[in-house]
Amino acid sequence: MLDSLLALGGLVLLRDSVEWEGRSLLKALVKKSALCGEQVHILGCEVSEEEFREGFDSDINNRLVYHDFFRDPLNWSKTGEALPGGPLGALRAMCNRTDLGPVTIALDSLSWLLLHLPCTTLCQTLHTVSHQDSCPGDGSPVGKVHVLGLLHEELHGPGPMGALSSLAQTEVTLGGIMGQASARILCRRPRQRPTDQTQWFSILPDFSLDLQEGPSIESQPHSDPHIPPVDPTAHLTFNLHLSKKEREARDNLTLPFQFSSEKQEALLRPRPSQATSHIFYEPDAYDDLDQEDPDDDLDI
Amino acid sequence: MFPELNNLLNTTPDRAEQGVNLTMARERGQLVFLEGLKSAVDIFFQAQEKPHPLQFLREANAGNLKPLFEFVREALKPVDSGEAGWTYPVLLVDDLSVLLSLGLGAVAVLDFIHYCRATVCWELKGNVVVLVHDSGDVEDEENDILLNGLSHQSHLILRAEGLATGFCRDVHGQLRILWRRPSQSTSQRDQSLTYQYKIQDRSVSFFAKGMSPAVL
Repeated sequence: MLDSLLALGGLVLLRDSVEWEGRSLLKALVKKSALCGEQVHILGCEVSEEEFREGFDSDINNRLVYHDFFRDPLNWSKTGEALPGGPLGALRAMCNRTDLGPVTIALDSLSWLLLHLPCTTLCQTLHTVSHQDSCPGDGSPVGKVHVLGLLHEELHGPGPMGALSSLAQTEVTLGGIMGQASARILCRRPRQRPTDQTQWFSILPDFSLDLQEGPSIESQPHSDPHIPPVDPTAHLTFNLHLSKKEREARDNLTLPFQFSSEKQEALLRPRPSQATSHIFYEPDAYDDLDQEDPDDDLDI
Repeated sequence: MFPELNNLLNTTPDRAEQGVNLTMARERGQLVFLEGLKSAVDIFFQAQEKPHPLQFLREANAGNLKPLFEFVREALKPVDSGEAGWTYPVLLVDDLSVLLSLGLGAVAVLDFIHYCRATVCWELKGNVVVLVHDSGDVEDEENDILLNGLSHQSHLILRAEGLATGFCRDVHGQLRILWRRPSQSTSQRDQSLTYQYKIQDRSVSFFAKGMSPAVL
């Protein structure tokens, strides 16, 4: 899945963290695009051109157009060397490109842009860049545009992250376990359900992608199979089980408050063998004994 | 000076240093020291002809550190007396968290370090070493942005923290070493190491977790 990320057009977010850096993957995807014959533009704000080009061989480097915003991004040197319009100007210029071939634009990094530009402006520009369907002039279809944005997760709040997520067709979140890197790929294709997959990988020194199975199972801790599980019900001082006789006696017992038909008849028909109960009443001096039945006036 | 730390970081200095006399270095021009506290007092009580490195202290709204960066760049300019200038400069910043407390935004401080990197590391092939404090349990958004932004800009992160179990006389803390730019030779597995340390008179001794000579 990781190697077919560039098949769809649109914005691909590479979310990395301090622990699992994403520039190597960005460079690997840039290399893939260059090998496919695409033209690759790099908006470099975080590292120098030499550092970005390091590790690529010359035929790949020839296909990379590096827009250098590392040396003087804020125009502090005022020597006039800085590119006019800054990174935003360069990004907007890519919206109005005249050549029709497929192109990949790598933003290194999208976090730098998000920290220095208003979120709405950046989102609008990204939307325009990644949704170029036809050339503004004659309406002829333009080759696919792939925008790869490197985003440092810890630097931004949920608002801007959510806005960029909603713009992106694919989101790759980098992570890993025990030195093995993984990429969680969330892919949203139009009119299809989003897919969510995890791919283990490593980047080789020449920035080619090496897809892997995942960390080996022996390295994960689990219980020793040679020790048999202990039965907690053995060697108790009390009895947890019933014998057959005890079970039958228990089943035959009627509960005191269970109202069965035998009980009902016993209550309704007083048995002559049973002594009826008597009530012995010793009236007090203050008792008012009225022989009249108070319920006489009831018409039952 | 720190042979054990050199081993941990897989580096070997070109010459074994016997010791450094900072006063002499300052007189020779090898060491340039900006004393922040003293400078800050100057800016308030003395008239300034040209922009002071800590000019942002006088500004009403959140400023930037361009004057401070220009001070750094001036200090690194080769002396034009004909002799060879100092090579491979090192910029030490102690510490960046203070700048946040003085009212600068995290992005302004990150921009300053970005420009320092461009000049010191890329142009002059030197190194920048920066100290920043982690706010720990306290929620400090600006400091977190500064810390994480710096981490992403760094090639090597040394994270010193106390022991989880508290104070110990023989083990003063724990150092986590994180390489963010894996060189071609090291595998992904060697990216992060954790060691415990004890600070001594003029050096620091390191040992693996639980292997302090005091407890063995």
